Amino acid sequence: MKRLIEILFIFICFLLQSTLFQHFAFAGIVPNLMVIITSIFGFMEGRSHGMTVGFICGLLTDIFYGNVLGLNALLFLYIGYANGAGNRGFYPDDIKFPLLFISISDLVYLILTYITGFLFRARFDIGYYFIHIMLPELAYTVAVCPFLFLPIKKLLLLTGDRPQEEDE
Amino acid sequence: MARVKVKRRGFRIPPNYLLLILTIASVLLMILTFTTDAVPAAFNSIAGYTFMPFKNGLTGVSIYANNRADEFKRVQEVISENEALKEQLDELTQENDRLVENRFELIELRELMELDSEYEEYDKIGARVTGKDPGNWYNVFIIDKGEDDGIKTGMNVIAGAGLVGIVTKTGPNWAQVRSIIDDQSNVSGRMLNTSDNLIVYGNLEAIKDGTIEFGQLSDPDDEVAAGDKIVTSNISDRYLPGIAIGYIKTIEKDSNNLTKSGTLTPVVDFEHIDVVLVITQMKEEAVIE
Repeated sequence: MKRLIEILFIFICFLLQSTLFQHFAFAGIVPNLMVIITSIFGFMEGRSHGMTVGFICGLLTDIFYGNVLGLNALLFLYIGYANGAGNRGFYPDDIKFPLLFISISDLVYLILTYITGFLFRARFDIGYYFIHIMLPELAYTVAVCPFLFLPIKKLLLLTGDRPQEEDE
Repeated sequence: MARVKVKRRGFRIPPNYLLLILTIASVLLMILTFTTDAVPAAFNSIAGYTFMPFKNGLTGVSIYANNRADEFKRVQEVISENEALKEQLDELTQENDRLVENRFELIELRELMELDSEYEEYDKIGARVTGKDPGNWYNVFIIDKGEDDGIKTGMNVIAGAGLVGIVTKTGPNWAQVRSIIDDQSNVSGRMLNTSDNLIVYGNLEAIKDGTIEFGQLSDPDDEVAAGDKIVTSNISDRYLPGIAIGYIKTIEKDSNNLTKSGTLTPVVDFEHIDVVLVITQMKEEAVIE
């Protein structure tokens, strides 16, 4: 049941990201919901969980919007894993740590997307992309975080069948 | 959904093994994308039936909300626009009279050249845009018609009077469209007035200015100027000929002194695409016919 609710949650986030959120774009930039939930699930629920959530998020992006099936799945998979490593069962009360994890995750994702999608096609102007795409997305994503962090934390604690000290 | 089963069955799979398994699965999917169509098609179908109903619903809601918000903003714009339009109307009425004269001349000339119509009537299907690329890198969107409605990969997509893009992926009830402003897009174009060929390149850097780049235009006599119209070329193997792309904004000589490049303003407003038309006639068929 818990898994089902979480999967439903991922689906809703994906739907919101590609429909409603596109209307909240500032100067054509939208926040990256997928990275936020992958990261949060990762450091709160551990590596396995983070990986699975990341894989589903990435695969959905690939199916509808990607060129190559599995590329985003792979990127998100490792983001989930990295967030989970060393942070098992970490339910922070403070928003600072989640913000740090999420912004690093988003930055890594953006740089990898640039490398796989643009650098390989000889688009070398990384300075431009950094200022006009990466930084705005990063800022916007971080700004959206607080609104998502608490609901997800509540959801995980509500559906969780174990106290927060234990994991695995 | 297959992933979920693995997760449940192997609940005690150590994270490192799960990482390995999922990595292999991802790489396998990438290889399959390049080698076969069957597996991606299966994914497209499953995802289509699961998501499209919700996507369509949500798009309706967001369009409604957006329209309401826009209405308030627009009232003031409309008032000032109205006055400008009235002036324009006078100018256009005069211009129209002149053009009507020209039209009779054109009809005569066309008959002379046995050109019935330059712009063929294509069969089209209307579709609604139901989702946009979740990231900020690409300009790809999803429409609510798919294979079941007769849409195939490679079909041209237009909106209003101009070219929007091309269908790059299809599911049973959805299709992915890559717009011509996308960074990966290349369209073979032609100057309407001089019939010189050129290439229109999508570029993420140009999108911010609302333009598209073009290049490889050979124009030795400097006949092409800003404001000239670009349409799709008849030598393109993917795009049907004669669809409007845009008007030249800036043009300059390349360093090789042979070709010219610059930017063009697209006919279509890519910021606000809600409804598009998919041309069901494909380029290869058009050639055979």
